[in-house]
Amino acid sequence: MSRKLYVARSPRIAARKLGEEMLVMSAVDSTLFTLNPTATILWQAADGATPLDEIVEHKICSEFDVNPDEALRDAETLANDLATRGILLISEQPIGAAKPRLQESA
Amino acid sequence: MSQLATPVAAYSVVIAIGGVAVRVNTSDKNFLAMLYNRYAGFVGDHATAEFEFDIDLRQPESADPEADVSVTCLAGRWVMQRGDFRAEWDPRSRRGHIRQSANPYAIDAVLRIVHTLLLARQSGFLMHSASAIRNGRAFLFAGVSGAGKTTISRLAPTDATLLTDEISYVRRAGEPEQGYVAFGTPFAGELAKSGENTRAPLAALYLLAKGAENRIEPVRAADAGREVLANILFFAHDRETVQSVFQTACDFVHHVPVYRLTFVPDARVWELIR
Repeated sequence: MSRKLYVARSPRIAARKLGEEMLVMSAVDSTLFTLNPTATILWQAADGATPLDEIVEHKICSEFDVNPDEALRDAETLANDLATRGILLISEQPIGAAKPRLQESA
Repeated sequence: MSQLATPVAAYSVVIAIGGVAVRVNTSDKNFLAMLYNRYAGFVGDHATAEFEFDIDLRQPESADPEADVSVTCLAGRWVMQRGDFRAEWDPRSRRGHIRQSANPYAIDAVLRIVHTLLLARQSGFLMHSASAIRNGRAFLFAGVSGAGKTTISRLAPTDATLLTDEISYVRRAGEPEQGYVAFGTPFAGELAKSGENTRAPLAALYLLAKGAENRIEPVRAADAGREVLANILFFAHDRETVQSVFQTACDFVHHVPVYRLTFVPDARVWELIR
């Protein structure tokens, strides 16, 4: 894997963790999404500055018993899916500050 | 909020919902009489009016008389339209204009939209739900059409005060830990009867489902959030409003108990609601 990918949370969404689930609503069309545990980790770590492979290594492989190469491929697929839905931004360059309001509640 | 200083028009009525008074001006006596009748119980004092709308009773020029509602914000002015009305409202000047056919549903829709926009900035919302007060506490009963909002309203005992059988008005009491307050509304469903113009601290939200027995079950926070969002009325899909409504819904389920209420459609269900 030669190229680096960077992911950032879209500013055009609102997000909140309720219980164990992350709810995300698009501010573009009000579509509501529920992120699965892997997507939640990816979304929370998507600061625009940390490369995706580092997120996978430090946040996903440490949490789940997965092969790193396979985990990275899955993470790229997931990131592209979330980007298609307007939840994440993806770039081969670091992405500037574009963080939505994020709060957590029990 | 500051009060309007402009003179009262010849024909006008102040409609106060949730303590927010909106003056509606019209040149048509019959339409005025309809407004007084429809919003009886919610007619306020002219001195309390915070917002004002002039009504022009002409059919709006719409390409599609059946067009669904749309709400957009243009340079700080809200534009609301549907097949039977077109309204503009400037929250800064507190004034607006409605062009509509002489039917009660258009002004009703405009009032609902205006209140959703105001509530979105006040950690509140209108919700598709019946609501009632019992023992000094308010309860919401939410559900899609047919879930039982009107049924449970009809079954309410004499010691319950019905706030609405269709659209509930909810606003945060102050700080989140102070809870929420439910207000009566004139927005009626199949019951065709306005709620009482009163208020009470909100005790719980029940998600309605008809079943073979009366049963109350807790609802997981994320499910509660999804259900609340599904039942909140909001028409404006601008970024700020969506984010505000979303956060309000999440705050709400964090502070108000949400239960699933399965019920047999008879009066015994109210034995569970106290």
